Amino acid sequence: MRAAKGVDLRSQFGFHTIAIVCLVVLYFPLLILIVFSINANDIVAVFSGVSTRWYEKAFYNEEFHNAARNTLIIAVSATIGSTIFATLAAVATTRVAPWRGQNAVYMVINLPLMVPEIITAVATLSFFALLGRTLGFNFGIGNIILAHLVFCIPFAYMPIRARLESMDLTLEGAAADLYATPFKAFWHVTLPLLMPGISSGAALAFIVSFDDFTITQLVAGPGQTTLPLYIWAMIRRPMTPEINAISTILLGISILFILISFWIAQRRKAG
Amino acid sequence: MTTTELAAPDPGPAAPGPTPSTTLSAAQAASASREDKARISRWLLSAPALVTITIFGILPLIIIVIYSFLKAAPYGGVVWSPSIEAYVSFLFQQDIFTEELVFSPDFLQIYLRSFIFAVGTTLLCLVLGFPTAYFMATRPPRQRNWWVLLITIPFWSNLLVRTLAIMFIIRDEGLLNNILIGLKIIDQPITILYTDFAIVLGLFYSFLPFMVLPLYASLEKLDFRLVEAGYDLYASRPKVLFRIIIPLSKPGIIAGCLLVFIPALGAYVTPLILGGGRHMMIGDLIAQQFGSGRNWPLGAAQALILMSAVLVALFFYVRATTGKVKHGQG
Repeated sequence: MRAAKGVDLRSQFGFHTIAIVCLVVLYFPLLILIVFSINANDIVAVFSGVSTRWYEKAFYNEEFHNAARNTLIIAVSATIGSTIFATLAAVATTRVAPWRGQNAVYMVINLPLMVPEIITAVATLSFFALLGRTLGFNFGIGNIILAHLVFCIPFAYMPIRARLESMDLTLEGAAADLYATPFKAFWHVTLPLLMPGISSGAALAFIVSFDDFTITQLVAGPGQTTLPLYIWAMIRRPMTPEINAISTILLGISILFILISFWIAQRRKAG
Repeated sequence: MTTTELAAPDPGPAAPGPTPSTTLSAAQAASASREDKARISRWLLSAPALVTITIFGILPLIIIVIYSFLKAAPYGGVVWSPSIEAYVSFLFQQDIFTEELVFSPDFLQIYLRSFIFAVGTTLLCLVLGFPTAYFMATRPPRQRNWWVLLITIPFWSNLLVRTLAIMFIIRDEGLLNNILIGLKIIDQPITILYTDFAIVLGLFYSFLPFMVLPLYASLEKLDFRLVEAGYDLYASRPKVLFRIIIPLSKPGIIAGCLLVFIPALGAYVTPLILGGGRHMMIGDLIAQQFGSGRNWPLGAAQALILMSAVLVALFFYVRATTGKVKHGQG
């Protein structure tokens, strides 16, 4: 009786509506942000016509250039560093007989994900302040890169480890049987097979570094403004739609990398 | 490769047989030295990641533990003399005239507020996130992928920009008020920004994807034959939901709640932008001690008190998930 034709037994009353509502809630504010970035009016809240003037203004804005340059230097360095470190650690911790210390390695690598960001931020600030005062070390923008490296490693590590675990050992076995040295086998066999995981990990590391606000804000010294910090500075001034334009650019770059990472993961599933 | 596999103890057969180590053969010595080499290379490969996280991630945490037991320097930083002043001033304030310590619940109130906000956000996310995740899990596979992508995008998108987007809508001169005034429902803008409601709304908006994705991962693996069996036994839809689906997706619910609760409790960006500095949460309280407050030991102590709250939450998580293994669900 209940299983009448056309009735999906698995559906629950109202769930469809709630799912749509959630989607609207998640996207509506972003959509508004983007729409008002092409607003010709000087006032953020009044829409008076389509114009790209705020993008042009951002394009010629010296402060925006500096912030973009700093952000790219930090994000690219942190991505390269964390992806290499994460790949090496993933090779050491997967597909081998469990070894003493393996759990400790997992714990250390995942630790940055468990500590609330604000605690990491003030701790890193204290650390670099102490380093600067007692030993005179100050790496400038390198301080921010080192801070980012720490939380980028676990994000890069996760997809690389997942890929390694799902990989087949036979090809490497064949390489070893054909007298390839471990390094050669790794370079010519493992690494190419691992590439989807590495690119996915690198994309995630780039996103989390590129978007970071809390830790960067506390660690950054004068003149080390990144794009999120620049947006924060703009919020506190009288606002123009330029802030929407810059926010939209940031959002666009994050979404691009999310799509790359997602696409790689989908292809992996299909292949 | 094959030799190490052979050398590994075989757990299969019950018969012990003759012990292989009757003579320490050359082959075994070679395999032992290979084991040593493998061990060294494992540590060497892990070293860059471990050293980086230890020096720049763990050492800073140790430093704030030490800082919390020091005295504050007048312009930020610390004076190296041991003191529990930071922890005392978390609960007590010195009376200006009598210099007596008077109990002051100011900080405690902010912690309590943050806790209530985090619990409220978690419940809100669960109530709306569970139906969403369930709906996603019951779509055909192709549609599912699209839904996952649509939830993944806000999951990874810039938190600052997303919070800003909320701010644009709920400001006094924002979209919501403009529409309401335009429709002549109200003549004065309603103040939403810089209220507690704005913070909880922002937290909900920020962390909703953190609830949906783990819930979906758990519901996707749900065995729907059990749901059918429930209907065959004349259970109503709500009964199937509460007696079958929800209990089976408990690991996902716990993971989702934790992923929302922990960042919500320590939220910094949301109260900063939507609370306007007046409606504080733990996150901006801590940051304030390291900024304008210039009391680093107090900030360090506050951070450690937050950290212990997070550890308690993680402890319950571990207990709940290992309990799951024990009962053989999953």
